Amino acid sequence: MSSRLRASSAERNAGVKIQIDAGVCQGHGRCYDLAPSLFGDDEEGYGKVLGDGVVPLEKEDDARRAQLNCPEHAISLIEGT
Amino acid sequence: MADNRFAQQHWEKRNAESPGIRSEIVTGPVTDWATDFSHAEPEWAADPYSIQDDLRQRCPIAHTNRFGGGWLVTRYEDVAAIAHDTEHFSSRSIIMGNFRPPRELAPIGGSPPITSDPPFHHDARTLLLPAFTKTAVGKREPAARQLCHSLIDALEGQEVVDAAADYAQHIPVRVIADMLGFPAQDGPQFRDFAKDTLEGINMPLSERVTRKSALFYYLLAQVHDHLDNPRDDLTTFLINAELHGRKLDVSHVVGTMTLLLIAGIDTTWSAIGASLWHLAKYSRDRERLIANPELLPTAIEELLRAYAPVTMARLVKQDVNFGGAEMKVDDWVLVSFPAANRDPAQFDRAGEVIIDREVNRHAAFGLGIHRCLGSHLARMELQVALEVWLQRIPAFTLADPADVRWSAGQVRGPRALALRIGG
Repeated sequence: MSSRLRASSAERNAGVKIQIDAGVCQGHGRCYDLAPSLFGDDEEGYGKVLGDGVVPLEKEDDARRAQLNCPEHAISLIEGT
Repeated sequence: MADNRFAQQHWEKRNAESPGIRSEIVTGPVTDWATDFSHAEPEWAADPYSIQDDLRQRCPIAHTNRFGGGWLVTRYEDVAAIAHDTEHFSSRSIIMGNFRPPRELAPIGGSPPITSDPPFHHDARTLLLPAFTKTAVGKREPAARQLCHSLIDALEGQEVVDAAADYAQHIPVRVIADMLGFPAQDGPQFRDFAKDTLEGINMPLSERVTRKSALFYYLLAQVHDHLDNPRDDLTTFLINAELHGRKLDVSHVVGTMTLLLIAGIDTTWSAIGASLWHLAKYSRDRERLIANPELLPTAIEELLRAYAPVTMARLVKQDVNFGGAEMKVDDWVLVSFPAANRDPAQFDRAGEVIIDREVNRHAAFGLGIHRCLGSHLARMELQVALEVWLQRIPAFTLADPADVRWSAGQVRGPRALALRIGG
């Protein structure tokens, strides 16, 4: 029962995954300004995805905000992963 | 072993050689902005937005025979395309004026990496990036905050203050002086250097060379001071830095110091000043930020969009048809990030300032490989400068709206901004 609960919550949480196209990112830093729990910066200031990139449900708005404010269109949200 | 890169004979020879293309200086009122534009004229300084909006609708790419020939792009789409196209557009000079440096100066340019093209650009930029990350510049926040408080302390008792001259301009000057390890008391000189470089584009070329030399000698003296007394700052870093297994030559060291000194001053000064101008003029936005200080970072992005201070120039590498414009080799292209930021095709209600605008893909810090190196520093300074001002001086208005003076050229911001404190 408890394992079934965990599985279902994992399925639900795996709705959206974020990716940064490193060839396009120029280090504007909007993603890690707006969604610091999902994005960080490397030692040169380029954006990087924290962890495995799977966005918890309650952070999906933050992920979208980061995507929509990236001046270089470097961020993708992959739905239904 | 003594470091002889900076010995007199090495740089004197280089300084004496200045080949390049000179063009006739043309000043005076613009006849038609579509065919005769000039960003150096007072009517541009007073209100570039209505000029750009008009051009965007009816041109959208304007031309001028001034400055030896050039173009002005005003649509977001065109600005983004040129900023991303280093194949056809060179950064060998990024200030549109009456002198074009020789083509052989590419891909390094006079002030790497802002004047550099690929492939050299990437490595020269990578050297500097770690010093300008959000984390690195965040360490300077307490000192910047303290400076802002002390500047406001000094305004006490005055009913009318010049927020541009007595507040905004001091912040970036002090921050960059600290980063380069230059004496803080040299600040007034830095502002002259920046003004000469950015606003002096129609000065006689001999005068421009004289002023450029003054800056070069100042920086060289700083290099020598750092050779004698190395310390933990960007000047010592540049002296010791290596690229492709070799230390940087004098032109690279001094060129980058020039960039760091000039690019950080008028730009951030302009952004802080324009933001205060807006908040003085539009009391509803000011009151909203006082009531909701957590809105400030979002508001800053919107103020950056609406009052983006910086326009960049490129030189056409070979003849190209760009959006119907027959651009010729060595034509200038003025890449107006401010105009892009007010393009209705890119932004809803582009002409309005909406301080809680949630989706804001503005181009105030440029686009592509030349994204402003100091953008994280500028954002930190803006946040601290506005936060402290609003805490300490929550009520202020324009003392005389007609009396605000804006700079001409490629960096726009208020240079005189009289604010009445209180009611």
